[in-house]
Amino acid sequence: MRVLHRSFSRGILPSRCLLSYKTPIFPPSRLYSTSPPSARLNAPADYSTIPILNHTSQTALQNPELPPDVRNGTTKRMNLFQSVNDALSLALAADESVILFGEDVAFGGVFRCSMGLAENFGSERVFNTPLSEQGIVGFGIGAAAEGMKAIAEIQFADYVYPAFDQLINEAAKFRYRDGKEGRHVGGLTVRMPCGGVGHGALYHSQSPESLFTHIPGLRVIMPRSPIQAKGLLLSAIASNDPCVFMEPKALYRAAVEQVPTGAYYLPLSKAEILKEGSDLTIVSYGHPLYTCSAAIEKAEEDLGISIELIDLRTVYPWDKECVLKSVRKTGRCLVVHESMVNAGIGAEVAASIQEDKETFLRLEAPVMRVAGWSIHMPLMFERFNIPDVARVYDNIKKAVEY
Amino acid sequence: MKLPPLRLVRPTPRSALLRSTHLRFSSSLSQKPGAAGIRFPGAVSSQFVNSLSFEHPATYPALPTYRCVNQDGDIVDAAYTPEPDSLALKMYEDMLSVSIMDVIMFDAQRQGRLSFYMTGQGEEGTCVGSASALEKEDVIFCQYREAGVFAHRGYTFEDFMSQLFANAKDPGRGRNMPVHYGSKALNIHTISSPLATQIPQASGAAYALKMQRLTDPNIPPRVVACYFGEGAASEGDFHAALNIAATRSCPVIFICRNNGYAISTPTLEQYRGDGIASRGTGYGIDTIRVDGNDIWAVREVTKRARELALKDGGRPVLIEAMSYRISHHSTSDDSFAYRARVEVEDWKRRDNPITRLRKYLEKKGIWDEEKESQARSRIRKDVLKAFAAAEKEKKPPMRSMFEDMYEELTPEMKDQMRELKSVIERYPDEYDVSEFEGGKDTLAP
Repeated sequence: MRVLHRSFSRGILPSRCLLSYKTPIFPPSRLYSTSPPSARLNAPADYSTIPILNHTSQTALQNPELPPDVRNGTTKRMNLFQSVNDALSLALAADESVILFGEDVAFGGVFRCSMGLAENFGSERVFNTPLSEQGIVGFGIGAAAEGMKAIAEIQFADYVYPAFDQLINEAAKFRYRDGKEGRHVGGLTVRMPCGGVGHGALYHSQSPESLFTHIPGLRVIMPRSPIQAKGLLLSAIASNDPCVFMEPKALYRAAVEQVPTGAYYLPLSKAEILKEGSDLTIVSYGHPLYTCSAAIEKAEEDLGISIELIDLRTVYPWDKECVLKSVRKTGRCLVVHESMVNAGIGAEVAASIQEDKETFLRLEAPVMRVAGWSIHMPLMFERFNIPDVARVYDNIKKAVEY
Repeated sequence: MKLPPLRLVRPTPRSALLRSTHLRFSSSLSQKPGAAGIRFPGAVSSQFVNSLSFEHPATYPALPTYRCVNQDGDIVDAAYTPEPDSLALKMYEDMLSVSIMDVIMFDAQRQGRLSFYMTGQGEEGTCVGSASALEKEDVIFCQYREAGVFAHRGYTFEDFMSQLFANAKDPGRGRNMPVHYGSKALNIHTISSPLATQIPQASGAAYALKMQRLTDPNIPPRVVACYFGEGAASEGDFHAALNIAATRSCPVIFICRNNGYAISTPTLEQYRGDGIASRGTGYGIDTIRVDGNDIWAVREVTKRARELALKDGGRPVLIEAMSYRISHHSTSDDSFAYRARVEVEDWKRRDNPITRLRKYLEKKGIWDEEKESQARSRIRKDVLKAFAAAEKEKKPPMRSMFEDMYEELTPEMKDQMRELKSVIERYPDEYDVSEFEGGKDTLAP
């Protein structure tokens, strides 16, 4: 079942396997990450300069959402898996009731997110489970029901389905059905790596967030960067509602920024305006924000317009007010996500925009969606499936020229 | 949501008890020339054999069924020490109470006064007997046919009726189907319909109890008891639960009620192994099969299981209690469509937990026909009184349909509450909200 991840990715190869998997020498052909030589839009993302990431300590600490003591503190360069590790470590240190478990978590996790935690906090608090997703989530629900802060890891979001019954029928409904008795499983956080990584194909690429957003009772969160991952994960763990925390695995090593070393919470169910603008609103979350950022740069340059970029951060319950307010201002909206377009997050955002009387009257173009096609992720065709800069750019153009 | 301060605390020193009992290293160095076995990491003490033979389930005799009191009410286990008469009478009363309530509520559903009901006839002994061996701090997860567990722990007829009628006193706030009881005070988690989901939850809860005692030794040692039927044991969650409970050494007692049927499906179509008990040892779990119609045997077995579950830092135990589902599966089921009426009558007459304990009590001279009829009419009256009172109560406030989805109402829920209220106000003839406490006004966010 999990053979693939062992030799999975150059970028995110589990380090324990580095020695045993030598890359064979193939005749020179296209590398997975290269783009057409004359591409202007679909050039590879340059994470070292992209404005989404805080490249200096100063910008990282300017974030007004950070508490004063953290803003006066220090930062450290971290990638996303390191910031997840930092958050888990802080949570384990702050509260004895925090436990962390899942498949292969004890040695550090196949993506290195739990490195060093079993050694530091003991094998009773950080441990491997048998290979059974329904068991992992059911176990987490039971522990949370008895007052623990249970952080469960599903190795890939693609493998969360065996646990669907537990998440949907049990975790999401636990507080509701217990009523006045008041018991709940808010202590449960289920982490899972998600999204495309170049060559994950059908079962190492999925982003099933919209399947969870149809389920009231769960909070569904997807961070865009190391700073966000740390603050949102700490909030998810502290939250008294069960949280599904989806980590874009393509960013584990790629996204590097200065991350405040102190502990801090970032608000759940609150969107963030990443860049202000006046002619078009782009709503997205997770990895595609980098694509959007690159497309915005080119579109603003070419078309002389100004675009507002919103990161939903929590995709359910989502910050509708922030989006509506922005669209009332710009009159145009584009929703971008990696998962399939059909009944995806974009459908909910678009419907909410046209449903709101005030916003509907301000619309100057149809709300557009740029998302994965309604297909499964095909190995050789991933780059034609995940929204790229050209597709986002093209839709920006269509929206403003409508 | 109030966020806790994030500060570093020094971890409490841990008992040596748990300091990783899970590590098992294997090395090829242990393969000595001519060795009788190799320490394969997956089976470290398997010996080689030089002749090929499969293990056939048929060569193993069925696991025995423990009983200490026979069908005539006589003690047959010489090593068994009888319990005090007061406990015997309490357990008898509990069984009688739920069985009388079952008959009344089943008929009430037939009259359309209740939307749904499930009786537990034939399984009162398994529920009351096992519950009596647990401490009140022990946490319980049920399937749905365990009214006896609730009754023995102190759930009153008023509690049962409030839930069954989903009235304003229902702790579930009118959201759950009848018989989906739950009680925080009694440490019993609220029942949910999906089968077997509670089993891995019980493992996780047991791990929580174990961790909490490690952190604070002043907490008394506790176990989790988890009930399920033999049909539910076919779900993947059963497998997940027993396996994880074993690997994480969780103090949990799995109690399977094997009553012969899962709705219409007889056990022959449910499994081909030796019931549920034979699976326990495969997971490395201490296991016993017991006569579920013998309440003393069930109590004794659960008592011992509790001791075992708490031994050496904790471990799971599996109990398979054999009985027969005398009742229909539920009020939505006519079981004579798939089994002979005579079979049911036979079980009812030949052996059931209530008559067996009654024989025991009569032989001890602490029960007789007169006491029986007095008790029956008193219980009947109490049930009917609670029934009438519960039926008269108002239904929960309408706002409770939107609350408890999250810790706090979301803006979306608030909008939807307003919208529903507005529809009711604008179409007053289309809705009758008079039966709900506070009417439509409670829909104001």
